[in-house]
Amino acid sequence: MAVIQDIEIRDSAARTAAAAEELQDVQGERMVLNMGPSHPATHGVLRIVLELDGEVITKADPDVGYLHRGDEKIAENMTYTQFIPYTDRLDYLAPLASNVAYALAVEKLLGIHEKLPPRCQYIRVMCCELSRISAHLLGLGAFGMDAGAITIFLLTFTEREKIYNLAEAASGARLTTSYTRIGGLMRDIPPNWCAQVKQFCDEFEVALAEVETLLTRNRIWVDRLRDVGVVSKKMAIDYGLSGPNLRGSGVDWDLRKNQPYLCYQDLEFDIPVGSVGDSYDRYMVRQEEMRQSVRILRQCLQKIPGGWGNEAKKPVNVADGKITLPSKQKVLSSMEELIHQFMLVTEGVNCPPGEIYFGHENPKGELGFYINSKGGGTPYRLKIRSPSFVNLSILGEVLPGCMISDVPVVLGSLDFVMGECDR
Amino acid sequence: MDWNFIIFSVVKVAVVFGVLMTMVAYSVMAERKIAAWIQDRPGPNRVAPPFVKYIPVLGPFLTRIGFFQPLADGLKSFLKEDFTPGGVKKIYFWLAPAVAVVPALMTVAVIPFGSVMGSQKMVIADLNVGILYTFGIVSLGVYGIVLAGYAANSKFPFLGGIRASAQMISYEIAMGMSVIPVLLIAGNLNLSGIITWQATHGWLICYAPISFVIFIVSALAETNRTPFDFAEAEQELAGGYNVEYSSMKFAMFPMGEYAAMLASAGMMVTLFFGGWTLPFWCLDQPAHSLGMGLAHILVFIAKMLFFMVVFIWIRWMVPRFRYDQLMDLGWRRFLPLALANILITAIALWIWS
Repeated sequence: MAVIQDIEIRDSAARTAAAAEELQDVQGERMVLNMGPSHPATHGVLRIVLELDGEVITKADPDVGYLHRGDEKIAENMTYTQFIPYTDRLDYLAPLASNVAYALAVEKLLGIHEKLPPRCQYIRVMCCELSRISAHLLGLGAFGMDAGAITIFLLTFTEREKIYNLAEAASGARLTTSYTRIGGLMRDIPPNWCAQVKQFCDEFEVALAEVETLLTRNRIWVDRLRDVGVVSKKMAIDYGLSGPNLRGSGVDWDLRKNQPYLCYQDLEFDIPVGSVGDSYDRYMVRQEEMRQSVRILRQCLQKIPGGWGNEAKKPVNVADGKITLPSKQKVLSSMEELIHQFMLVTEGVNCPPGEIYFGHENPKGELGFYINSKGGGTPYRLKIRSPSFVNLSILGEVLPGCMISDVPVVLGSLDFVMGECDR
Repeated sequence: MDWNFIIFSVVKVAVVFGVLMTMVAYSVMAERKIAAWIQDRPGPNRVAPPFVKYIPVLGPFLTRIGFFQPLADGLKSFLKEDFTPGGVKKIYFWLAPAVAVVPALMTVAVIPFGSVMGSQKMVIADLNVGILYTFGIVSLGVYGIVLAGYAANSKFPFLGGIRASAQMISYEIAMGMSVIPVLLIAGNLNLSGIITWQATHGWLICYAPISFVIFIVSALAETNRTPFDFAEAEQELAGGYNVEYSSMKFAMFPMGEYAAMLASAGMMVTLFFGGWTLPFWCLDQPAHSLGMGLAHILVFIAKMLFFMVVFIWIRWMVPRFRYDQLMDLGWRRFLPLALANILITAIALWIWS
């Protein structure tokens, strides 16, 4: 993060706060402003009740739950596999990553999450990194738009479109991908997919550089972000922040490194860390994370077992008839496979009793699934630890002292998604 | 009374008003189209009355560049329900849109948009205190926004109105100060006089570049454009002062904004870029024929449109300031800079004369 240091900044935010402090003695009336649930800057349905002294916020009370659908309760009434489409709707900016997170959680319960076929692992990592880029791009675009730089949004959406095309090529759906299955994937990637990913990586780096020229050293952008919404290291840990927001505050914690899963320990990548913990650091961390994701993607393209076309027919599913569906041909010709198919579809994957928690480094932070199983094909209780929900909890502490104009900046830099927050 | 004067004045007012309003409408189109080009998308390209498709070549071309979009926009504004929310202060609520538009139109009255045509000077009112008049009138424009914010009886417009008033006092002083070197150099408050001076001595941008920088930034602030559109600030105040407005009353605000943009573009051209003059093809002398007179008007409009494009371009390229940052800019950077500029210009003039 050497880039940040050499920009000289005057902290107008600190001056604003000082001015507000001077005015403490002046008797003024506080105004309550209801920001949201439908407000352009709240990206969905976040409601923040602001108490204002002039334009300076004295108290902020985030109110979530407008998008509550009861996903956790729904999970109790269906098989493990049936819940996969619901994970698409958690973080709808990165459905592939949520799919992977959930599948890994159930696989951990089954005890097979480290025994997945290598090709499956690599494809999953590529999916995760693609959706990380996709989510960060939208975060960046919306962030820029909130700060008034509308063109950024269109630039980032051009790139996201390509990721959607990739998701469509792999899974058949652009948004509701449901690409993973318990113990593998819905299907192998198509033969030309890797070539498309490579092309995307090349084009994306150019586009990201273009966005950077518009923002990173733009004086207005820096002035707006610098020293706004400062989250100290201690605060970040106390509030349980995760993902880029935690790393923006200078905590070197990334589940991909600290609790490696899939094939991440075979890949080389760096974890960008901020220094101050303000909005600008979070912005820079995300920018760098996207570049690191491209780096991971390029390595995956080189190392993927079976090669781009998978001529060797390397499996993408666990070779266990009790977990993954057998091929249709086998089902029609063999008794055992027919029974497996029938049992998997009607009863679901038979999981052992017990409880597990699996945390996955999602674009927004640590997406965790806690599964309490009493055995059988249905979870007894499924709890989703959604990063956006936890990240938003800090609003009440960060916003006071900011001005109304800073609210979109802070919200944009925290980069939340309400589908996941309210689940 | 001189009937000749009255008739020609009325004609000039009518023509200028018509041209200005057309330009306002097509500025909106230009804004959308340029924004689209900046953002790699086609922009408005399909609105057309039914008969247009029978015109070969030209019809599809006009449709594709969005030529009929302003007509559709205007019609839509007129036909929409004009909703007045409960609890508004009706007089101010009705007054505000008018107050937003009128000053912008009045500013144009003193700007010379051409030299002469026949015996008529191409300016509606050749005031000898043109600049003072302009600044006086332009300051009124903000009252439209403040009134709108105050009258709507709603919190977001209210904050927008407060921001507008805070913003105005920050940029306007710097703006006024920035023009003083121009007056010192040209030695004239009359805009026609300033243009005549520039025709002989060269454009004032070469003499007072700092003034121009301050003026163009202040002009952006004055017209409530990004990066200074705090009063509107869609992402912060959800539209600010115009939240409660609908129909044509709402459309008056953008109209006022674009008219103000045109007026400030005209002011910039007049003060710094030689008005209707060009330093070649004998275009820097008052016209002797109708054709030359027309050429002067076209030169003026071309220069003005250039600045419109600059305004639009800036809007789509940069983020928005925070409004305390504008005050910071206005009071702590531009005001001292403008004062120093005055001092240096005065000293330089004193030495050289």
